[in-house]
Amino acid sequence: MLRFFVNKLLLVLPTLIGITIVAFAFVRVLPGDPILLLAGERGVSPERYHKLLVQFGYDLPIWQQYFNYVIGLLHGDFGISISTKRPVIDEFLARFPATLELSVFAMTFATVIGIPAGIISAVKRSSVFDQLTMGVALTGYSMPIFWWGLLLIILFSGMLHWTPVSGRIDLLYFFPPVTGFMTVDALLSGQKGAFQSAVSHLILPSIVLGTIPLAVIARQTRSAMLEVLGEDYVRTARAKGLTPVRVIGLHAFRNALIPVVTTIGLQVGLLMAGAILTETIFSWPGIGKWMIDSISRRDYPVVQGGLVLIAGIVMLVNLIVDLLYGLINPRISHQ
Amino acid sequence: MKIRKIPTLLAATFLATGLATAASAKTLVYCSEGSPEGFDPAPYTAGTTFDASGRTIYNRLVEFEHGKTSVVPGLAESWDVSDDGLEYTFHLRPGVKFQTTDYFTPTRDFNADDVIFSFERQRDESSPWYQYSPGISWEYFNGMSMPALIKDIVKVDDLTVKFVLNRPEAPMIANLAMDFASIMSKEYADKLQAEGKMEMLNQQPVGTGPYQFVAYQQDAVIRYKANPDYWAGKQKIDDLVFAITTDAAVRRQKLEAGECQIMPYPAPADIEALQSNPNLTVGEQEGLNVGYLAYNTQQAPFDKAEVRKALNMAIDKQAIIDAVFQGAGKIAKNPIPPTMWSYNDAVVDDPYDPEAAKKMLADAGVSDLHMNIWAMPVQRPYNPNARRMAELMQADLAKIGVTADIVSYEWGEYLDRSKAVDHDGAVLLGWTGDNGDPDNFLAVLLGCDAVGGSNRAEWCYQPFEDLIQKAKVTSDIAERTKLYEQAQVVFKEQAPWLTIAHSKVFMPMSSKVKGFVMDPLGYHRFDDVDVAE
Repeated sequence: MLRFFVNKLLLVLPTLIGITIVAFAFVRVLPGDPILLLAGERGVSPERYHKLLVQFGYDLPIWQQYFNYVIGLLHGDFGISISTKRPVIDEFLARFPATLELSVFAMTFATVIGIPAGIISAVKRSSVFDQLTMGVALTGYSMPIFWWGLLLIILFSGMLHWTPVSGRIDLLYFFPPVTGFMTVDALLSGQKGAFQSAVSHLILPSIVLGTIPLAVIARQTRSAMLEVLGEDYVRTARAKGLTPVRVIGLHAFRNALIPVVTTIGLQVGLLMAGAILTETIFSWPGIGKWMIDSISRRDYPVVQGGLVLIAGIVMLVNLIVDLLYGLINPRISHQ
Repeated sequence: MKIRKIPTLLAATFLATGLATAASAKTLVYCSEGSPEGFDPAPYTAGTTFDASGRTIYNRLVEFEHGKTSVVPGLAESWDVSDDGLEYTFHLRPGVKFQTTDYFTPTRDFNADDVIFSFERQRDESSPWYQYSPGISWEYFNGMSMPALIKDIVKVDDLTVKFVLNRPEAPMIANLAMDFASIMSKEYADKLQAEGKMEMLNQQPVGTGPYQFVAYQQDAVIRYKANPDYWAGKQKIDDLVFAITTDAAVRRQKLEAGECQIMPYPAPADIEALQSNPNLTVGEQEGLNVGYLAYNTQQAPFDKAEVRKALNMAIDKQAIIDAVFQGAGKIAKNPIPPTMWSYNDAVVDDPYDPEAAKKMLADAGVSDLHMNIWAMPVQRPYNPNARRMAELMQADLAKIGVTADIVSYEWGEYLDRSKAVDHDGAVLLGWTGDNGDPDNFLAVLLGCDAVGGSNRAEWCYQPFEDLIQKAKVTSDIAERTKLYEQAQVVFKEQAPWLTIAHSKVFMPMSSKVKGFVMDPLGYHRFDDVDVAE
């Protein structure tokens, strides 16, 4: 198990280095001089331009900029945002809990509905339920998030007034953040109705962000289950006279779980991409919205630092998923 | 007797407190368009930041008059200008209190030390406050050439401050109404410095303004409450909330659902629907901007005024307003917007007359003209779609036999290349004003000093230059107004630009919002605003 873990960790390192190079190169390949853009129509005098160039460190040779950047990263210094003049890491940490909370709710929504839907579809293959579920899943998978979000807002918030339009909690409630997770902080605050308000604000964004993962999980569960249900050991289990629930739940599902867990792990990367759009629509103060704002402002340090941090998190989740395999199927960690 | 009275008294007190709580919390929620970069307005340039800091929390020595571009007394009750225009003496308002917050309790009133601190931190490179947080720089202080302009700032006594300038500059007063000139508390700054928490100046602000800071939740909500000690009287709203909502369609939904009472920047396509909603009113005003096409007047044949005039007459501006601005724009005839003081409404615009234009070109000896139209790659308030605009112009010019090619570059590159004196053709660009002073348009965009810089027409015309230079050193507003009105006449005769449009700004709000005044400078100010029960 330890060797398996160390091997996985060693594989992560070159990827991380690759990401820093890509993030660094990416923002420099983008057209647009950040200082000229900052100045806009107002312009900037050549002296001041040079002063700012030196201040931001853009006057150094490119390799030296990269070197300084990596040294900074190793010291936990992700740079200073050009627009807010605050450390990138502080800005990231202030927003990350919001994204994490939304992602957890979205993934819970996707798995709680997706896995059972996939199992039933597989068991009742070619039934009306199966065809309907897979049809809906395909639609969900192809849904443009931005349009889907606005549609839900107009219907449920604008017309039916069932859910709030946007934000994390009703403005009525006001308490200092403790954990950064609004639902937890609402409970801790002890204010009546705060928790309900936080949850009601999570419903629409979680549905929107969870739609694509839900579709993918349902389809993956179905095909994995179909494969497993045809195996000899399932037939043996059935022949032993086990109840269908035991056969499906214990013998089949546990074995079908590996590709499903892989899919869920891979979805985390997509979740970050989806969060960018979802957070923008729902004014959700997370890292997705922060990245979008920073790209449009050509805030290089933020885009660069944000990319590395997000990539790091996606890799961490995938590492955890890899380790989970070992738990689900001990043979993997021995191989 | 006494004993019996107590329960009645208690009941009355409870009732009164209950009623007071129910009636007191008057809240206004503003669906703002973005997050502030910080709460110290001086290092930043975005209007979003100024709305959230400069205009709510702080005051300046002088203030923009509500709803106008003129300047009125603020923390200075009055000021005198020396005859040579080099000394500005400000008489400060006595008894002004800085806000008392959870993190700071002032022990003294506002005085000259606060004024000097507020400017010296941006001016004096040896001040510990010059770089009080890594990466901080004073964009507007530098952008408005204050380091070159200010020679010294002197404390005459506790309530008198003198600014000594290197050269006479009438727009100085308007500059001091800008956000970078917001007055900070020196006492608070000293406290932060002693505690080693200087960066908190940008996160936990203390000012003298109408509202005081309560809390900011990153990218989500900013909370303020009325400053109970405000020198101009406590505001009618008790709690002011900025609910940050970046998407225009979502802002609209929130406004219609009653989650906020006022929002800026609606999507143009939504304006009609918002106007027809009986629960809403939609404020409307021209923005403090101008979109223009600048001919390179140092390049033949654009060096001839009659050629420029002919081209101006060939372009159908109304069609551009309809197609590109979709109604959210107004035809511009002057280089300054109509909300600005000294706007000359008597100026007559060049008529749209392709036939006459054709003849004028022939008379000027120009035939088979090939030219470039530069189209910006970005959307700006004064030009929502430069590419489309350029195409419309191309088609109009073709009708009088002029062939136009459209060129474009990445935005930074575009701004840089179009500055070059020998750039080829006519450049689409625009300007949004900083301080409401005509000098900020006329000298910055059309003055001789700006050739090779922000003067994209590369136009240096002495009669015009004389007028604006004279206006720059004259402190009498009536006299300046006359000079600028004349300058606009000269501008129209010489036509270095095709003046295209001023954008229109819309502000949808609940009908319950009272006293909100559209601001020509583009601020969203909540002083003197009320909400009906």
